[in-house]
Formats: sequence, structure tokens, C-alpha cells
Amino acid sequence: MIGWAGYWILFRGVVVRECLRFLQQRGRFFAALVRPLMWLFVFAAGFRAALGVSIIEPYETYITYETYILPGLVAMVQLFNGMQSSLSMVVDRELGSMRVLMVSPVPRWFLLFSKLLAGAVVSLLQVYLFLAIAWLFDIALPAWGYLIILPSLILSSIMLGSLGMLLSSAIKQLENFAGIMNFVIFPMFFLSSALYPIWKIGEASPLLEKLCILNPFTYAVEFIRFSLYLKFDLTASGVVLFCSVIFFTIAVYAFKRS
Amino acid sequence: MTKSSSAVLNVSNLTYRYRADDRAALDGVSLEIDSGGFHALLGPNGAGKTTLFSLVAGLRRLQKGVIAIAGSDIKENNLSALSKMGVVFQQSALDLDLTVEQNLNYFAALNCLEPKRAKVRIEEELSRLELSKKRKERVRVLNGGHRRRVEIARALLHDPQLLLFDEATVGLDVTTRQQIVDYAHYLCDEKQIAVLWATHLVDEVFPGDDVSLLDYGRIVDQGSCHLLLSERGAKNLKQLFSQLVGRRYNEEAVVL
Repeated sequence: MIGWAGYWILFRGVVVRECLRFLQQRGRFFAALVRPLMWLFVFAAGFRAALGVSIIEPYETYITYETYILPGLVAMVQLFNGMQSSLSMVVDRELGSMRVLMVSPVPRWFLLFSKLLAGAVVSLLQVYLFLAIAWLFDIALPAWGYLIILPSLILSSIMLGSLGMLLSSAIKQLENFAGIMNFVIFPMFFLSSALYPIWKIGEASPLLEKLCILNPFTYAVEFIRFSLYLKFDLTASGVVLFCSVIFFTIAVYAFKRS
Repeated sequence: MTKSSSAVLNVSNLTYRYRADDRAALDGVSLEIDSGGFHALLGPNGAGKTTLFSLVAGLRRLQKGVIAIAGSDIKENNLSALSKMGVVFQQSALDLDLTVEQNLNYFAALNCLEPKRAKVRIEEELSRLELSKKRKERVRVLNGGHRRRVEIARALLHDPQLLLFDEATVGLDVTTRQQIVDYAHYLCDEKQIAVLWATHLVDEVFPGDDVSLLDYGRIVDQGSCHLLLSERGAKNLKQLFSQLVGRRYNEEAVVL
């Protein structure tokens, strides 16, 4: 029987491998940074004049549009990372290397959970680098916010990674993945509070507002947003936790079947 | 073949269908391998080798029959069975962007090897497989033979009692192929590892090896290679299989 030490060794091995892969795939590394930075410095700059954001929780004063979308972009980094991890699982399965993972003498749920947490660690590297660049450009947060944000980052990364894992278990070929990315990533991102407050979307379309409220990504964004400003959003954290458990359970079941 | 409880691999009366109404991909297959035994699973494409291999490796769920690895039933005690087994797949499982050493460290972790132990075992296997100088090289720059050797090192890190090779020499040149076959026999003789060697290439089987000839999901003959040849009056394996499997095998078999 494998003891706790065995589980720790395996978990550490998976995390080290995912980090090495991320650091050595320079294209992925830069893409992970360039994408949110483009949104922050190009998209947000253009929208700053057109879009005013009134004082809403957790903010206590008027904020710039860049400050508003920062948590949404952090969540976007995690969303892309979660989908990228699942993409790598589809590739691993197509190339056959997934079988080596499957013949490891460890429960499969733990293997998948280790992969998820490893993905979370990789996304933390990306998020903190992104926040550091934003800080250099004067988009600063409360100092403790950089630390307090950690649980929300880990949990939302697990939720989004589980969703990606669930999708990857249903995808048989790599070609199908691009379509699913378009049907999952973009709707999730745009139909959320990442770019605009939900009340503002509601002014434009009550239907879109309802879709945003039903979107788990919205709660990941809000969980991160509140944490950054040292506040706790019970609803957002509860939804993220609930969705993480549900997505992961279904993903493990689907994975075993596939 | 008589059944013995000391067998490292014991496969008994295995039947498997991909769909309920399909022809059985495996039909009542039994075989066993003792410690240090080399057992070749021979058969043409579609004979059921990969299905049997997947079942032994625990990649498919058993429908009917029993598989035990060193006394651990793969259905009842799956993790214990897997811990006693190493697998070399036909397709490479290595991460091309990582170095040989990084890959082996990862696979050692997958088998829960303590870092100190992993370091020693990696050192031993790299040295034995003459890969020590390649340890810092990325797998992407290695040739097919070296990659295959890294795969073997990977499968051996946790000191398995049973080693499965699934068409492990496909795509390799003749010399490298022979080196790998020789190494598998060395593992049997010197390390007392039981080897199940799935192939459709008859020249990879030595006269003293045990052989199971699989065709359409059934074992058509089984036993020691030289015994089978003498019983059937065949000059070599190729002729024997031509007798048993007919033209189907003749067309596919490749001989040095």
C-alpha cells in the first residue's frame, strides 16, 4: 500500500514536470502573458473613456477600467491555463503517453487531482507574473491582496481545470478540441463579470444578465475580485467550491469510462 | 502448460468482447510466466495481442477470466498488481521537451519512488543501458534506439517482477532491434524478471523461449519454442506459424 509519503512523492513529481514543461515551452509562456496584457493595455485603454464604472463592491472609490478588469483577466489566465492543461491531456491520450500515467500504482482520482493541482501551480506562476507587470504600470492592489488572493486562485483554478478535464474526457480527437475551446472559453469569458459589471450587462439585456449569473466563471472572477480587496464573497466562494467538486467528480467518472 | 501458484503472471480463461454482440477479441486465453521466463506472444495483426496486453496492463476492465501478477489479482488488488509490473508501450510515452533525466525523475515519482532511491535507480539503469552521457539531453534530439532504451529504463525504475513489451521494436533498425531483444533476455536471465513480449516478428523469439501463438483471439499453440518445433516437425517458427495460421501470417511476418 502507498502511504502519505508515496502520494506526496507522486504529487511533487507531477508538479515539477508540469512546471518544467511550462517553462520550456516558451511559446506557451509568452502567450500566457501577452494575452491578458493585450487586454489590459490595449482593450482597456480604448474602453476607459467609453465605459464608466460606478462605485460597486468590493471597491470603495471610483476606479479606472483597468483596475476593474484586472481580476477578470487574472481569471482569464486561469481559464486558458485550465483549457491548455486539458488540451495537453488530449494530446497525451492521442500520443499514448496517458497510458503510462494509467499504469501507475496510484488511484486514478489522485493522479487526476495531482494533475489539476499541478495546473493550478503553473497558473499561479502566470498570474503573479501578470500582476507584477500590471503593478509596474501602476495598476496596484492592496499589498495584502497579493497574498489573500491565493486560496481563491487555487480554488478557481481547480474549478476551471476540472471543467477542462471533463471536456478532455469527452473529446476523442485533438481536432475537436479547437471547436470546444471556441464554444467554451469565449462564451464563458464574455458572459461573465470579467469585462463589465453584471448590472451594466443587465441594462443592455436581461437575458445576458441571467446567463452571466448562471455562468460559474462569473463567480470565479468575483471570488478573486473580492479577495484582492481583502473581502470575502460567500456566494462566489461557495459556487466555486461547489462547481469544483461537481466538475471534478464527473471528470473522474468520465475519465474512468473513457 | 501447468498452472503454478509461483507464476509471476497468471492469465486464466480470459475472454473479452469490445461489444456484447461482437466476435470475442479474446476467447478463453490462458498463459503463465515464471520468474525469469521470457514468453513471446506471437500472432498476426488483429490476433488479440494488444487486447490481451491492455487487459494485463489494467488498461481495460476484465469481463471474464483472471489475471494475477505475482499473486495480486488485477481486478481485486489492482494497485498492488500494477506496482509489480513495468510496461514498454509501442508508442513512446516520453516528454520530448524534457531531458532524459527529467523524464526518468517523473516516471520514478509516478511509481512513488523516494528521491534518494530514484536517484540510485536512475543512475543504475542509465549506466546499464549505456545512456549516462545522454542524461542531460532532451528526448527530442535522441534517435529512435536511444528513446526506446530510455523507455526500458523508465519501465525498470521500480524493480518490477513482470515486464511487458508491446511491439517494442517497431520502427527500429535491425541492429537496435536485436540489442533490445538481447537486453530483454538479459533481464530474464540476470535479474529474474518475467517478460511478456508481444510481437508479430518471429525472429525476435529465441529457441528456449516460451511461445503463445494467438490467432483470432484464441491460442492455437503454446509451449517452449524448440518443443513446439519438434512436435510439429517444423524447421523454424516461421514454418510452424505458416502451418498453424496459414497465409495470413506468411504475408505479415518479417524475418531478418
